[in-house]
Amino acid sequence: MWSKRVKLGLAALLMAGVLAGCGQTEKNNAGGNEGAAKKEETYSGTIALAGSTALQPLAEEAANAFMEKYPDVSITVQGGGSGTGVNQVAAGAVQIGNSDVPAAEKLDDKSKASELVDHKVAGIAFAIVVNNDVKVDNLTTKQIQDIFSGKIKNWKEVGGNDEAIHVINRPASSGTRATFEKTIMKGVKVDDSIGTVQDSNGAVEQAISSTPGAVSYVAMSYLIGEKKNLKTVKIDGAEPTVENIRTEKYPFWSYEYMITKGEAKEEVRAFIDFVKSEEFAPTVKKMGYIPMTELE
Amino acid sequence: MQQMHTKRRNRWLEEYIGRTFAVISGWLIVLITVTMIIFLAVKGIQSFTDSGLSLSDMLLSAQWDPNGTPPKYGALIFIVGSMLVSLGALLISAPIALALAIFMNFIAPKWFVSLLKPVLELLVGIPSVVYGWLGVTILVPLLREWFGGSGFSLLAGIIVLSMMILPTITSIAADALANVPMAYMEASYGLGSTRWQAISRVIVPAAKAGIATGVVLGLARAFGEALAVQMVIGNTIKLPSGLDSPTATLTSVLTMDMANTINGTPWNNALWTLALILLLISFFFIAVIRLVGPRKER
Repeated sequence: MWSKRVKLGLAALLMAGVLAGCGQTEKNNAGGNEGAAKKEETYSGTIALAGSTALQPLAEEAANAFMEKYPDVSITVQGGGSGTGVNQVAAGAVQIGNSDVPAAEKLDDKSKASELVDHKVAGIAFAIVVNNDVKVDNLTTKQIQDIFSGKIKNWKEVGGNDEAIHVINRPASSGTRATFEKTIMKGVKVDDSIGTVQDSNGAVEQAISSTPGAVSYVAMSYLIGEKKNLKTVKIDGAEPTVENIRTEKYPFWSYEYMITKGEAKEEVRAFIDFVKSEEFAPTVKKMGYIPMTELE
Repeated sequence: MQQMHTKRRNRWLEEYIGRTFAVISGWLIVLITVTMIIFLAVKGIQSFTDSGLSLSDMLLSAQWDPNGTPPKYGALIFIVGSMLVSLGALLISAPIALALAIFMNFIAPKWFVSLLKPVLELLVGIPSVVYGWLGVTILVPLLREWFGGSGFSLLAGIIVLSMMILPTITSIAADALANVPMAYMEASYGLGSTRWQAISRVIVPAAKAGIATGVVLGLARAFGEALAVQMVIGNTIKLPSGLDSPTATLTSVLTMDMANTINGTPWNNALWTLALILLLISFFFIAVIRLVGPRKER
């Protein structure tokens, strides 16, 4: 245990030294010192998380890393959907509710919402995806609105081949769908009587790759690695990169939230800070999310 | 003396521990069921008491748009969708199941029956997610090739469901046929009937209560099935325009939206009401079984 900490400390020092050599002396040294200071503290207790399936993989990874760092802390992560996350944390059943949207947007009862605190822990980008046979690489926001509201029904109307468009939606309660409506549809009504509905990112991915002419939207974290038979489409000429999101060229993204009730306990606070930290950022990025360090 | 005492104690244990456990189990299951029904009823009527939705709108309107302004909670699409997919499955399954039951009882050689029975049991044991998965990967692309469109459709749901309820109906119908006294068969032979005449005009009518029970049980299972149907039916919020058109069912909208809505919101309450409707329809089926089922011998 002790030797591990020493090793970590050494590694941190080494990193700081290397980075200092790159000429960004002040900033990185500060970061290194802060990291070292934090390692002095130790936490214990149990933390339960539940909610958003979009955030779940990241939360699990963070839990494992955090428990390795502080073996006295035990963390469990469950899915269930953003609604479950808000419900459970409001009821006090879990310490952290994971959600794709701020608690206030889900709750009708605003007095309940005031007890809950939203913490932005990462960004998540979404992509418009189509079946591989669609010969379109770029869509304007207007074109996407027209497709999902049922005005455009054939790919040739947006410069593609003569093929019927098959729209695949997420259910109206889904967080991904909410982000899609907020950032892309912008008040234009999604026509739920066209196309089909799949209830998870995975099911959408499967349906897109097997249905010719299909179009839908999925979280980038589901598009890590080689995907057969489906491709992402640029929105207004912009690819879903961190750079484009930061410069506001790419609109289709949102924050992921960890919601706590009232003042969070020390270990809960530490865990949320850890998810947002510089230390955990590379993992966040590797898993297809956007670290908070790159968004602020 | 000491030995006697322990013996008596053992007997007491045997007599009462087992009995107590049995009684507790009996009451527990009644308690759980009643609590669940009460819970569902209380939750289900909140749509009308707390959220101010109207029952007639809910049952008769096909406008389901909980995110809209104003939100609309008409569940007609789901009720119709559930009805169509279950009845459709029954239409395919019931005749095949009856034929299978006749085949097993009167036509097939013994060795084949001993093959058929475990096969049917296996069919019951396959989890619904597997049926759904096979439906998505094999059936849906096939239907897409034949009928165009996306392949996710009412027909896909009907076919998957009919596979799932076939063994249920078959085994109950087969039992019902087997329970018809041999004397009936012999009597009709005695009157000069052929084997098929005896089966179709004497045995099957004599077993019709048991067969009907199997059919209603199959219908109830089809109605409550969620996962497999949800995977292949497309879940589009519209009344189906044909067999090749996607639609949604009570169970599919429940599984899709339940986890993402918040307790106490009208949307969540409306979903509880859908669950209550589902339960009431199941009760209706159970009542039907009680009515048509074989009467106890007096």
